[in-house]
Amino acid sequence: MSEVVASNETILVVGGGISGMTAALEAAETGKKVVLVEKRPFLGGRVTQLHKYFPKLCHPTCGLEINQRRAKMNPNLTILTMAEVTDLSGEAGNYTAKVKLSPRYVNDNCTACGECGKAVEAEFDNEFDYGMSKRKGAYLPHLMAHPMQYVIDPAIIGTDDAQKAKDACKYDAVDLEQTEQEIDFPCGAVIWATGWRPYDAAKIQPYGYDRFDNVITSVEFERMADAKGPTGGKLIRPSDGKEAKNVAFIQCAGSRDRNHLYHCSRICCMASLKQTTYVADAWGDDADVTIYYIDIRAIDRFEDFYNKVKANENVKFVKSKVANIVQDKDGNPVCRGVDTEGYNRYENPHDLVVLAIGMEPSVSADEFPVKIEINREGFIEQSSDNGGVFAAGSASDALDVNRAVQHATGAALRAIQVVNRVAGTEG
Amino acid sequence: MSDMNTAMVERYRNNFLKEVESHVEEGEWVKMCMQCGVCSGSCPLGNAWAHPPQELFMMIRAGKREEVLTSDSMWMCTSCYNCIVRCPRELPITHIMHGLAHYAKRLGLVPKKQPTNEFAEIFWNNMMKKGRVNELKLGLSMYFKDGFSQGIKNALANQKLGQSMMKAKRMNPMEIIGGHGIKNPSELQKIIQKAQEIEDKKLQGAN
Ligand SMILES: Cc1cc2nc3c(=O)[nH]c(=O)nc-3n(C[C@H](O)[C@H](O)[C@H](O)COP(=O)(O)OP(=O)(O)OC[C@H]3O[C@@H](n4cnc5c(N)ncnc54)[C@H](O)[C@@H]3O)c2cc1C
Repeated sequence: MSEVVASNETILVVGGGISGMTAALEAAETGKKVVLVEKRPFLGGRVTQLHKYFPKLCHPTCGLEINQRRAKMNPNLTILTMAEVTDLSGEAGNYTAKVKLSPRYVNDNCTACGECGKAVEAEFDNEFDYGMSKRKGAYLPHLMAHPMQYVIDPAIIGTDDAQKAKDACKYDAVDLEQTEQEIDFPCGAVIWATGWRPYDAAKIQPYGYDRFDNVITSVEFERMADAKGPTGGKLIRPSDGKEAKNVAFIQCAGSRDRNHLYHCSRICCMASLKQTTYVADAWGDDADVTIYYIDIRAIDRFEDFYNKVKANENVKFVKSKVANIVQDKDGNPVCRGVDTEGYNRYENPHDLVVLAIGMEPSVSADEFPVKIEINREGFIEQSSDNGGVFAAGSASDALDVNRAVQHATGAALRAIQVVNRVAGTEG
Repeated sequence: MSDMNTAMVERYRNNFLKEVESHVEEGEWVKMCMQCGVCSGSCPLGNAWAHPPQELFMMIRAGKREEVLTSDSMWMCTSCYNCIVRCPRELPITHIMHGLAHYAKRLGLVPKKQPTNEFAEIFWNNMMKKGRVNELKLGLSMYFKDGFSQGIKNALANQKLGQSMMKAKRMNPMEIIGGHGIKNPSELQKIIQKAQEIEDKKLQGAN
């Protein structure tokens, strides 16, 4: 099924988040042939898991919809999901990519009617909600998934559930015979847009993420705020379902810390400021928010956003990195530390603590299938030694969507220059 | 020593940070502090400090020489290393605290009756006599440092501890007469004296 028509004038884009989609579409819309390889069963990356975007507080679905439409309309773009690049050999203008395609067990007949999902019984942790909810063994990854097709979890293959899914499908879309495939094809330039992942919060031992139910991460809080998320959009604490009105945000959880991530993750200040509006929207004047920070990094036009949040009397700012968290007898996480404005010792109980978790590269330095320049922080450095491989978006640095998309457009241009050289249309 | 203090005030007028960088062990790290406060919040004895480490660093940068060097804060450090382990910028905070205490001592600025300093002095003098620490005499000197009757009280209060130490052979009652030592303690004393001269010269020579 998966024949990829490509040549050394083709641009390969690895990672189909907002950066990869942007780079792929920009290049495809100039007339270049593009193959987009995405590991997950759907495009969009991490922004699909956000409730709202700073600074405009619009929903990410809006921008995604536009990009998905562009993708559907463009004949130059080939999208491979559940796919990973396992090897890349050659040089600028002349690469061979090896790609592993994992079976979806669902073919293009799928209309996303959902009958297979109803028929199966086994449940799994839902990775889309960072494990805060369950999903079935036949599932649609999320409501706006692109492609809009179900996925069958390989764990149910060979069980009764698999047969139930097949029997429930009226369109003959469930194909239990699919197997893993490896294909290879040529390409001239590669855009590496594999993005980021949240730093492992359990490694920040004094904050007790692995010990206290009511200490969660900022990415989990995004899911909680989403009406389609694990709590139906209710801000409640995991331990007892109590309304979370007194919410603390701890900045630099992992970032700017030589014991964890060297770099400033850049977006976390804005993400927490944004998330204070979720709390304010949910509880109005009953909201009681505290932001613990070293310094607030809301640069340029984001300063206005910061000032707006500061004007809300229900949001307190404490200039201090929390030293540790303990739990009191009512299950409240208690933040302890010393502030920098008066050196006062504090011990503040909260309903819920949200760790503004840092962004680290999703691909570790030793996992790249090709020799590439990686900096101390693990992000891809721009280097002439990288040949025709260019980073795009948060694979290159901790970036917000706006900057990631600009960066991706730049990467598309660099890739286009390489394949133009191949085509001999340049100089 | 107070001559040296005057010399240093003269030399580093208005730039206490420079002085700390040049003369305090690991002092060059002070400017790296980003005032996050994790050290102060992580210190198990934090309540006992007039100025927690984070504040000391700020005071150094603000030129509060007198307040810092005569403070008893850095003497409160017990070397648990919690702050070093957690500092996001890897400042060797414990070592800086000891460095500050040491520097204050050399300039003769330690607060009177500062117990950590008193113990250090007693320990040093004890060790310098024979080149080995005499546990028994060390204990007794500590007990009696505040006078005879307080000494008896202290000794009685710690009777059990003393007996247990003897039982476990951690302390020998015979040490009261003479006690063990190295072969030629006067040679050691000469070496240390020379080292001290060199160190003092370094400090003054930089003048
Ligand atoms: C709590 C939080 C809130 C945020 N809120 C905002 C906000 O409000 N506004 C804003 O502008 N930004 C926000 N951000 C930042 C935003 O999430 C990023 O800017 C954005 O996700 C970057 O997109 P990307 O495409 O570079 O990376 P990603 O979204 O990580 O996409 C990378 C894609 O590559 C795929 N991939 C990974 N590895 C491979 C591989 N080996 N092979 C193939 N595919 C692979 C992934 O599956 C994914 O689809 C927030 C971040 C956090 C942590």
